[in-house]
Amino acid sequence: MGKVLVVTSGKGGVGKTTSTAALGAALAHDGQKVVVIDFDIGLRNLDLVMGAERRVVFDLINVINGVAKLSQALLRDIRLETLYLLPASQTRDKDALTEEGVANVIEELRTKFDWVICDSPAGIERGATLAMRHADLAIIVTNPEVSSVRDSDRIIGLLDSKTAKAERGECVEKQLLITRYHLSRAGRGEMLPIDDVLEILSCPLLGIIPESQEVMRASNVGSPVTLNDALSAPARAYFDAARRLNGEYIPMRVHSESRGFLNTLFGRKAA
Amino acid sequence: MNLFHCLRRGSAPIARERLQILFAHERSARSQPDLLAVLREEILAVIGRHVSFEPDKVQIKVSRDKSISTLAVDIEIPNGGRALDVLSPQSRPRFSPRLDYNVSRTDQWVI
Repeated sequence: MGKVLVVTSGKGGVGKTTSTAALGAALAHDGQKVVVIDFDIGLRNLDLVMGAERRVVFDLINVINGVAKLSQALLRDIRLETLYLLPASQTRDKDALTEEGVANVIEELRTKFDWVICDSPAGIERGATLAMRHADLAIIVTNPEVSSVRDSDRIIGLLDSKTAKAERGECVEKQLLITRYHLSRAGRGEMLPIDDVLEILSCPLLGIIPESQEVMRASNVGSPVTLNDALSAPARAYFDAARRLNGEYIPMRVHSESRGFLNTLFGRKAA
Repeated sequence: MNLFHCLRRGSAPIARERLQILFAHERSARSQPDLLAVLREEILAVIGRHVSFEPDKVQIKVSRDKSISTLAVDIEIPNGGRALDVLSPQSRPRFSPRLDYNVSRTDQWVI
């Protein structure tokens, strides 16, 4: 049975979709079977970030409505053969996402994949609560900034009360992924330091993703950060986080853009 | 924290302090979502039983700090109101039941 993971945050624009794609690709890169599901009904973007937007035929709502079989809606990544995408629908009808339908889809995927990663929409509405509903583990994406930290706290409250596990009296494991982190700005006292965010939210840390131009560069070309340039600072940070998800012990560090002399000489591309 | 502090140490410590104060209240409020609305309604109902006042002339302020919170209710009552029947002649000119004068913090919202 695979693990169900939700990537959530409350606030929009903090890097949920980027992180879903990057972590999914990093896990699949190590040979594990991964499916990423876009729960942002009406505003799908995971397909675009992963470069699959022109291949979408069926989506999550089609599967829930019985229009398509799960196997028909799943898109296999063109770079990694163990990475799959289940896109969201572009229709505006959010009510099409039923609790029972989502439960069935997740249960079926759980038997076929090692990781089922749900990319939550922003907010605390239906899409977000259904994305976290069946999670074993939640990754809370947070920017070191007051509004993002506040929204993360709200999401932690929901994870502790509205999920299937919480209702059974169990606990959804929660880990923070801090994104868009500037080491130098934090050092100058201009940005909340990691320790403060962890203490305020009292949640363990999965990883620190540094602010980097590489994130936009990768999304521009439709490639997960971890596949576009595996040696870039954010890619290395996501690979570390993926290995921690697998239970490996990787010391926490903030990766910087500086590369070895040879890497600088022979260009940027590594993947 | 003053501006000097801010320039010298950066604004991150202020962010931390504000979040800690906020969460101390938001987390405890989760079990009772709208305590303030309940308080407002009940306080005004009690006062309204004895004196008449304009709803527009009511100011409620809360101030949240690390260790204490204050709630200030300021009700302006017209001199010709029903309060005259209830109160002694000495206090006729103006009656303003202030529950708390001690509201001078920065984090204030008027409801």
